[in-house]
Amino acid sequence: MAQTVREPGPGTPVGRRVFLGLVGAGAAGILWGAKANDFLERTVGKLVSKDGTGLSSLLPIGRFRIYTVTGDLPSRSKAAWRLKLHGLVDQPYVLTYEDLRAMPPLHVTRDFQCVTGWRVHSVGWTGVRLGDLLDRAGVQPSARALRLTSFDGEYTESLTLEQARRADVMIAYQLDGSDLSSEHGGPVRLYVAPMYGYKSLKWLDTIEVVDKVIPGYWEQQGYDVDGWVGKSNGRDDRPTS
Amino acid sequence: MVATTAPRADIPERVARFDRLERAVHWTNATLFLVLLTTGAMLYAGPLSGLVGRRELVRMVHVYSGLVLPVPLLAGIVLRSGRQLREDLRALNRWIPDDFRWLRTRGRDPHVRLGKFNPGQKLNATFVGAAIVVMLATGSIMHWFGYFPNDWRTGATFVHDWFAIALFFVVVGHIWLALADPVALRGMTRGSVTGAWAKHHRARWFDEVTAGTRGPAETANEVTSDAR
Repeated sequence: MAQTVREPGPGTPVGRRVFLGLVGAGAAGILWGAKANDFLERTVGKLVSKDGTGLSSLLPIGRFRIYTVTGDLPSRSKAAWRLKLHGLVDQPYVLTYEDLRAMPPLHVTRDFQCVTGWRVHSVGWTGVRLGDLLDRAGVQPSARALRLTSFDGEYTESLTLEQARRADVMIAYQLDGSDLSSEHGGPVRLYVAPMYGYKSLKWLDTIEVVDKVIPGYWEQQGYDVDGWVGKSNGRDDRPTS
Repeated sequence: MVATTAPRADIPERVARFDRLERAVHWTNATLFLVLLTTGAMLYAGPLSGLVGRRELVRMVHVYSGLVLPVPLLAGIVLRSGRQLREDLRALNRWIPDDFRWLRTRGRDPHVRLGKFNPGQKLNATFVGAAIVVMLATGSIMHWFGYFPNDWRTGATFVHDWFAIALFFVVVGHIWLALADPVALRGMTRGSVTGAWAKHHRARWFDEVTAGTRGPAETANEVTSDAR
């Protein structure tokens, strides 16, 4: 083909400028996106949470990101779900979903902060205070901590007894007024308001009362055992509770 | 309008537009983008991810497709047979005064004489090229987050999300416009467009490719080797 003698470059290299501009914007976003993200969630995030169409929930503002530990999304029906509480207690017991719903409910509304950086503002949780569940079993004097296990077979968590008895720590079955879906850890999960999201074990199956803290799944991956928001994992987020 | 233009002897039946290598690069890219957008949506949208499950598998498909995404284009650029691809990339980069006028008049000015690509195609290519770099960088930070500060991980997620949304609309727009212009689409499926289309929509390019090849027979021969 002979006619490749096209002029080497008439005009201006707009393409290159736009390309470099976009790549630069991307790089700036990596460095300062955390701040921009936080700003958007504080301003636009409130509007998004009020939008009834659900379309805006597809925007990356103020939304949960779903992490699972195992390959599949764990799921168990409310009918099949049981909570087993045992260990250093006087009366070990097994609760059904209905048993749990019959107990006095607790409502807590707080920001939800993930250790990876995202934050969802003003999330409403409904459940039963963990302290109430412990009292029902009668904790023995030698007990120091809890070991919580998920029915996904992998996810485990720990709390000291003192942490577990806080007024903002619960076994939750509703999020923002709807029953917990399995993406959000349903039918029932742990919710630890003052700590990073990984402490709020999803797909709760068993609570064992033990004599010392046994680091859970994410702690074995390097996260802090005492996951206070803003005071652990080298982060300085605003406290959530 | 094209229809009113009587067929003239100096307008060839077909004009070669994209060679084999360019089409191979385009369709490999397109396939990877489709896989990435689909798996990305599964990872991103809560209801969809619940429906599909198998999160770890979806994540691995997404990560590996992302890592090979730049390969087709880079391979095309360095290959000896990528000469026309390199030339077209140069043409996509350069904006002539007619491009700006085309944008200002939203394509209505009949005196505008465009080169091989219109400004929309130039912007599309530029955006997609930049997005490949940005998505690869931010995706890598998200995947190998342990090597980066916490804020970078948040920032990378932020950028990855917003670029993905922009990419979705750009890709949908690109497909929409391609389906709306079957002759232009044929340039990317079979490799050639009609001479009438080229003369009407890409007058400057038409003059370039037909200069020196006088006579329709000669041009037609040259084209058939590429068109199938």
